[in-house]
Amino acid sequence: MPKRTDIHRILVIGSGPIVIGQGAEFDYSGTQATKALKEEGYEVILINSNPATIMTDPEFADATYVEPVTPRFVELVIEKERPDALLPTMGGQTALNVAMALSQNGVLEKYGVELIGADERAIRTAEDRALFNEAMKRIGLQVARGGTATTFEEALVLVEDTGFPSIIRPAFTLGGSGGGIAYNRDEFEEIVKRGLDLSPMSQVLVERSLIGWKEFELEVMRDAADNVVIVCSIENIDPMGVHTGDSITVAPAMTLTDREYQVMRDASVAIIREIGVAAGGCNIQFAVNPADGEMIVIEMNPRVSRSSALASKATGFPIARIGAKLAVGYRLDEIPNDITGTTPASFEPVLDYVVVKCPRFAFEKFTSAKAHLTTQMQSVGESMAIGRTFKEAFQKGLRALETGRYGWEVGARLIDDRLADDSADTLRAALRQPTPERLFQIKRAMLAGFAVAEIFELTWIDPWFLEQLHELIEAERRWSALPEVTATEMRRMKRMGFSDRQLGNLRSVSEGEMRAQRWALGVRPAYKMVDTCAGEFPSATPYLYGSYDEESEAPPTGRKSIVILGSGPNRIGQGVEFDYCCVRASLALREQGFETIMINSNPETVSTDFDISDKLYFEPLTLEHVLEIVDREQPVGVIVQLGGQTPLKLTRGLEAAGVPILGTSPDAIDVAEDRQRFDAIARKLGIRQPENGTATSVAGAVEAATRIGYPVLVRPSYVLGGRAMEIVYDEDSLRDYFERAVRVSEDRPVLIDQFLEDAFEADVDAISDGDQVVIGGIMQHIEDAGIHSGDSACVLPPYLIGEDEQEAMRAHTVALAEALGVIGLINVQYAIKNGVVYVLEVNPRGSRTIPFVSKTIGVPLASIAARVMAGEKLADIGFTEEVLPPYVAVKEAVFPFNKFREFDPILGPEMRSTGEVMGTSESFGTAFYKAQLAADNGLPMSGGIFVSVNDSDKASVTPIVRRFHELGFTVHATEGTGRHLRKLGIPVTRVYKVHEGRPHVIDLIVNGTVQLLINTPMGKRAQKDDYSMRQAAIAHHVPYTTTLSAASAACDAVLAMRSRPASVTSLQEWHSRIERPVEAR
Amino acid sequence: MTAVSVGPGFLLLEDGTLFHGRLHGEPPLEGAEVVFTTNMTGYQEVFSDPSYRGQIVVMTAPQIGNYGVNLEDPESSRAQVAGVVVRELSATYSNWRADGDLLSWLTGAGVPILEDIDTRRLTKHLRSAGVMRGILGRGETPSPEVVAQLESCPSMEGLDLATVVSTGESYEWGDANAPHHIVAYDFGIKRNILRLFEKTNCRVTIVPAETPAKDVLAMHPDGVFLSNGPGDPDAVTYAPETVRELANSGIPMFGICLGHQLIGLAFGGATTKMPYGHRGGNHPVLDVATGRVLITSQNHGFSVKGDDTGIPGAPELEVTHVNLNDKSVEGLRHRTLPVFAVQYHPEAAPGPHDAQPLFRQFLQSVEAGPKAR
Repeated sequence: MPKRTDIHRILVIGSGPIVIGQGAEFDYSGTQATKALKEEGYEVILINSNPATIMTDPEFADATYVEPVTPRFVELVIEKERPDALLPTMGGQTALNVAMALSQNGVLEKYGVELIGADERAIRTAEDRALFNEAMKRIGLQVARGGTATTFEEALVLVEDTGFPSIIRPAFTLGGSGGGIAYNRDEFEEIVKRGLDLSPMSQVLVERSLIGWKEFELEVMRDAADNVVIVCSIENIDPMGVHTGDSITVAPAMTLTDREYQVMRDASVAIIREIGVAAGGCNIQFAVNPADGEMIVIEMNPRVSRSSALASKATGFPIARIGAKLAVGYRLDEIPNDITGTTPASFEPVLDYVVVKCPRFAFEKFTSAKAHLTTQMQSVGESMAIGRTFKEAFQKGLRALETGRYGWEVGARLIDDRLADDSADTLRAALRQPTPERLFQIKRAMLAGFAVAEIFELTWIDPWFLEQLHELIEAERRWSALPEVTATEMRRMKRMGFSDRQLGNLRSVSEGEMRAQRWALGVRPAYKMVDTCAGEFPSATPYLYGSYDEESEAPPTGRKSIVILGSGPNRIGQGVEFDYCCVRASLALREQGFETIMINSNPETVSTDFDISDKLYFEPLTLEHVLEIVDREQPVGVIVQLGGQTPLKLTRGLEAAGVPILGTSPDAIDVAEDRQRFDAIARKLGIRQPENGTATSVAGAVEAATRIGYPVLVRPSYVLGGRAMEIVYDEDSLRDYFERAVRVSEDRPVLIDQFLEDAFEADVDAISDGDQVVIGGIMQHIEDAGIHSGDSACVLPPYLIGEDEQEAMRAHTVALAEALGVIGLINVQYAIKNGVVYVLEVNPRGSRTIPFVSKTIGVPLASIAARVMAGEKLADIGFTEEVLPPYVAVKEAVFPFNKFREFDPILGPEMRSTGEVMGTSESFGTAFYKAQLAADNGLPMSGGIFVSVNDSDKASVTPIVRRFHELGFTVHATEGTGRHLRKLGIPVTRVYKVHEGRPHVIDLIVNGTVQLLINTPMGKRAQKDDYSMRQAAIAHHVPYTTTLSAASAACDAVLAMRSRPASVTSLQEWHSRIERPVEAR
Repeated sequence: MTAVSVGPGFLLLEDGTLFHGRLHGEPPLEGAEVVFTTNMTGYQEVFSDPSYRGQIVVMTAPQIGNYGVNLEDPESSRAQVAGVVVRELSATYSNWRADGDLLSWLTGAGVPILEDIDTRRLTKHLRSAGVMRGILGRGETPSPEVVAQLESCPSMEGLDLATVVSTGESYEWGDANAPHHIVAYDFGIKRNILRLFEKTNCRVTIVPAETPAKDVLAMHPDGVFLSNGPGDPDAVTYAPETVRELANSGIPMFGICLGHQLIGLAFGGATTKMPYGHRGGNHPVLDVATGRVLITSQNHGFSVKGDDTGIPGAPELEVTHVNLNDKSVEGLRHRTLPVFAVQYHPEAAPGPHDAQPLFRQFLQSVEAGPKAR
């Protein structure tokens, strides 16, 4: 069947902001799908609220709507664009849920839009637990005993049968959100009620626990002619009970016989047919009893997923791309395998290597959250590594996480491995509980002499994996005891994935010395292709991984090449924005005739798609791996300034090894990080900075703070991204900070800055070619100073900063770029207080706001930066003047607080957001409203607000509350705030604080009396009250603001939305309104 | 694990290419054809498949032995391969069905294993240069004796191995009261074929490769099956005549792999040695009539000449299946007689089960009874 000719316009729905459980993988799938459909001549309409994605760059779709991914806004897009079909399977659970809503409310029928890829019946059968269980019974497959409940009472009846521990999973949520394991009735009640709350259809599944069973996943594709292929099998190292997104996983499955694998394959084929995914892919999870092989179907996702992104990268089979082609009618055998270029896509990839995926967590950012791994996903990113053996891939995967372990290494201290002491009992107890550190605890246990059998009893990790780990320990022992290192021994170790750093540590020599020794012995990696076919057919695609084998493939071509270092696993503070920049750079430099070489270890991203760069090295971003590749490829230079901190941290090592760094010099990058050197430059340029000091003792810190004057901002100097950064208001709090959070010493100094209370903050992104500096955009933060720039909403152009101050920021930015000799991007953060502009931070590199600014001004800044770094001038490129858009764009951050229930969801100097959204409109209010809605903080158009602010905010909050009152909102306030407001003539209903009696504020939230909370922090005493209130707001999905500026913006938004009906505008339309369209591409 | 001698070893190919690794077991001083298979699971089935007789098998999957060996999965009574080459042999195993480790099982059957080889390099070499003869040896460099032995090793072309691996005596398989009786020619039959016949209500009489047609006709079977097997089909010189005689009798006939090739030869077609064959579990095969694609298990180094338009020299045959990777003939059918065959392995083991319905198709043909020419 060739492609369909009865449809012409296709709407693709993206997944919105990056949240835990729904990450960058959907930028990858959406980008692939959009490209695939365009290639076939379809017009593609795209909606996605996430500006940090490649898919939302205007060149990919015909019309790109950066609008909230909600049924209402998608309907507006449909009404305007009149697509013939909607592809709902590329944007995660978000897209699926929106598509289902539009199907059910008749919108699709009204506008004659057909769901392609998966229809309503298939989605419903896969997602509705009861229907799914019935479907599995019809085809003779087993599901876990249990059932669905829509009330707590129904759930209680079910648990009578399943017993404890019981698994609770809400229907239609992503990443197992709201699910959990209950070991007793209390936990059961808590999790069931939370699950019922979170499930959009108030349904939870209560199931028999399969904790300890082996867990597998199969990625399956089916075409309209009913041909089915299995793309990949994945085995979880962590057994059932740990969400697959939080497990270390391996592809292909390592411990299944063919007989067992084929039973699973047959089941998968039967499932995709029974569920009725007509043309597309799905992911199916199985549990296998290690004792007797009993197999149970866990679930099926009728769409592309995190696992399918992983499977695509693990096999070279582009699932989303093929899925899009199947959705428009192609059969698998009509689609070419793009990797080999000679065989069709109707086959099953075979691997001649092993792939290991490792999750990356952020528990250090949510200190009060328990770091227990359970059925609800909590990781924020992942690394993938490829090796010829499990041992090699496993160790590479761990170091690709960039968490300071260069392989399977125990932490320097017991606490690094989440252990209180090293007794056998402590270890045993720790091993029973899955945590991010469990694998390192296993190493400690093995070193302490625990037998594999005992570790298996404690962890239920398959003995095969444990034995592999044990072999690593044996190898380390042998290596440490070698009288002399020979090439043979060196090669043996490298083939097991040991890094130079590990090998050095084991023999008490430095990484550099070990590398020199290795090179002298001639032990170097070979680079092999991922080719989908294990070498059976020639492959045309240089998608490579390193391994210590004999033969290298895809030799250097001799073309002028540029290496781009990616950003590694996603983490809070370093997300998809940086991948966006790297992809833009690669595309731009390819267009300029360079051969681009991407190095990255993140399977979720667009940058690790094999057709983005001329060559892709899927390798950890450590000095060792990068040096080997650079040594092999001999590029013109390496780009380090677009991938966030990951490549920056390698800069010095690369420079020392004589590797040419393109763009801004490593020394200039260093200046920006070095306080003393930077102070000198700022002074010379006459640019003000907040008063500051450095202390190496508590006494010194107190002295510095007294000199500077409270409040002060304190942070350790040796961490980045706002880690452990706090604002302290007095000496007691400062002393407490050292007690609680940070140790200070001679070699661990602490930085103390004057905190500019009530200042405005702004970010400026600019680009420089060495001769000329052009401002990309000035973004004003909506939250006050003191909130991490990545967590603050911001608006471009600024809405409350005067022209003079804007001019000062422009001038400072240009002066700083020139003084530092920036070639490429620079980001400067400013604070403005009483008309004075202070520089807070300078980063001579791509910032996380680059995609947002680029989308707002219609200029691909990262592309231009890459070209500038490669030697072009801005004048030649045609970007010589700042673009001032005649509209307003708002960026809002999105937080994972609903996943870390124990954590107080309050904003501060440490970044905690996982993603971002963008709203654009003629007016600030509407843009802010859209951004809030897209961030899942939909503002109310009527109803009640609750106000409780600290004394210093009482005066400023009054005009805001008055406006809400005039808009017809009822006002509820605590006693102090209420008294103040009443005095000024605003009618207020008094509400009790939680400890004052009932009905209190939480009752109002639960009962739906208030739809918006305005609550500024009140100091330590009231913290507990505030905390429980904010928790309730999250649980009941009531938007809350903890800053007055955000409250004021919310008011603007409500007013704007009430005065004009909502409308949607594509990026292409916005950009056409810019007066002097920039020709740069 | 029983103690097995282990030490430096090599694989020497006939073009002089040498691969160094660690050798387990005692290599016989004997050359063999070196082939690779891309099966990711099912090593025990591969190593016990009689079709691999006389071959040194390179596994492209890098980790072999992880789940050990068991008593249920072998495809014949013993390991059949001449040698095994892997990237890494698992030192331990884990599986609830395992009865022992792969190394002991192979070396117990006299099969040497060479590990630590860049199997991808070796595979790519065989892919581009074509499969060739090779020899496993101990030590670092091949002795003149080993080189001489390799040179004297016959090519697979012209080699009749089917007769060698075939059963010496007839035997029965399945329920004696089963409604249908199949006579299966054993050219190296895999057990799973027999299991599947049993499952489709057949009892099977397995007969030696050289059994004359009249002896089979005398058994009055409901159907005749021609099995898979090793070696060059052209070298099984006696078979085409037997096949023709049986087919012309109107008895339903089904062939797999070598059986398929013999049917092709019997009706005038020719076979050819492929550059590096098809070995693995992921080959897409198009069913010409329905347009459906099957993912199939394959293991063959020879094929029937032809394409989707037909088989030259055999106008009575039509091509029912083609390989989507290289368009080679994967299935054929007689235009008037109830005779059909496939080049791939519907019995899988190892590999996907997509094509198992072919056994039911044969059963339908058997139920319909003989058909006069």
